[in-house]
Amino acid sequence: MNQPHIRVENLNVYYGSDHSLRDVSIELPGRQIIAVIGPSGCGKTTFLKSLNRMVELAEGARVTGRVLVDGEDIYSPTAEVTAIRKKMGLLSQTPRPLPMSIYENVAYGPRIHGLNDRRKLDEIVEFRLRQVGLWEEVKDRLGQPASRISIGQQQRLCLARGLAVEPEIILADEPTSALDPMSSRRIEECFLELKKDYTIVIVTHILRQARRLADYAAFFYCGRLVEHGPAARMFENPTQRETIEYVKGIIS
Amino acid sequence: MDRRRVEEAVMKGLMKAATLLIVGVLGLIMLTILVRGIRAMSWSMLTQTPKGGFYLGREGGILNAIVGSFYIAGGATGLAFAAAVPVVLYLNVFCRRGSRTAAVIRFLLDVLWGVPSIVFGAFGFLLMLAVGLRASLLGGILTVSLFVLPILCRAMDEVVRMIPTDLLESSYALGATRLQTAVRVVLRQASAGILTAVLIAFGRGVGDAASVLFTAGYSDQIPQSLTRPAATLPLAIFFQLGTPFPQVQDRAYAAALILTVVVLATSLLSRRLGRRLTRHSIS
Repeated sequence: MNQPHIRVENLNVYYGSDHSLRDVSIELPGRQIIAVIGPSGCGKTTFLKSLNRMVELAEGARVTGRVLVDGEDIYSPTAEVTAIRKKMGLLSQTPRPLPMSIYENVAYGPRIHGLNDRRKLDEIVEFRLRQVGLWEEVKDRLGQPASRISIGQQQRLCLARGLAVEPEIILADEPTSALDPMSSRRIEECFLELKKDYTIVIVTHILRQARRLADYAAFFYCGRLVEHGPAARMFENPTQRETIEYVKGIIS
Repeated sequence: MDRRRVEEAVMKGLMKAATLLIVGVLGLIMLTILVRGIRAMSWSMLTQTPKGGFYLGREGGILNAIVGSFYIAGGATGLAFAAAVPVVLYLNVFCRRGSRTAAVIRFLLDVLWGVPSIVFGAFGFLLMLAVGLRASLLGGILTVSLFVLPILCRAMDEVVRMIPTDLLESSYALGATRLQTAVRVVLRQASAGILTAVLIAFGRGVGDAASVLFTAGYSDQIPQSLTRPAATLPLAIFFQLGTPFPQVQDRAYAAALILTVVVLATSLLSRRLGRRLTRHSIS
């Protein structure tokens, strides 16, 4: 069950003349929470965004190397970028609900992929909102603008929206950094529940969050992948000097 | 002794003076067209076309110019909108962030914005000559649409640019294409701003005289087809102001009053509708 879900081979990312990600190779196990840690500016987010080709959206971005998801190279010229992204839900730092109702936010994904059957959409919306524990809170106001609910609820809505396109992987970029502690906890609880069925890659600069959640951890420093391994070993017995200093809080 | 306090007071005074000056000028303009325009304002001004001897001070109204202006500015704004939407979506969705191409296009649009409307008028006139079109409603609509196009593009562009990039990214992340994102997310999120931009463009189009001078012509009739000449409010002001009769000149001010009310109503409308459209927008 735990054969690698994502395999990254010699990945390099450049922004113009900036070499942001240097020769990263790693195998990410499936159905686990993988924490990507490291100080800010170390390439964590770039790494995450290169997993669903979001990195290409920036002007002057260039990628070399391979990223294999289920054995298929997502950077190959024949790969269909929308299909790749559909496989991966993305949760950004600040929750960004779409400018439409709560219902339509969840239905958006299925709709753009061609589903218009109202009854099926109803089912999907309810199921996904239940999955993130939001259904009871919003079931009476599904038609209201998504911007009206609290930030914490918005983030769970965004998670539900991502799940609605039936991804296999969830990419989360510091998903709790804009949230209050209670909302953060609910997101973390969602992740722990979801890892039974999904591979979750979470970028975080909160070490304690990484310790709480991660089964596997990868430490980035200055664009390089310094060390990676099962979370318990990474946090208890790191082997590289930078990792030791980061885990101990000497560098951050 | 306290230099900074003096500086502060002097600058504050200057700012107040400048503000007062601007508000004062606006007030004076409004007062002038109100005082002189109200004298000639009557129900027939709004509901009748010019009768014989109208320009000598006899009966009739400027319904021809009112309708003509709405036809031309409305048609032109519609045409320009149809061209501006793809431009704006291209600039903001299909060009990458920080794209050189987009920067060049924006610069060109700004240059075009700065081109005086009489130049658009002359250009439109040449175009019409080339295709054998005479001064007409159609000629006016085409020329005014060229004139408001850069205004509309840049005004819409400014609103669409304000959309946070991660909002677009959250749509891409779901596997949406750029087109789906553009139509379903970008246009929706910016709808209020787009409406404001459209009404600004309409306001500019309806008030411009130079672009329609050669291209739309002038007629005492309400145009019945696209190939007939059409009167406009700015030209109604221009022609009546040019007569030696004070009561006809007063009618020019009445026309100015109507034009001002139209422009004012447009901007009020944009505010009202704008608020309703922001219901779903993400702040």
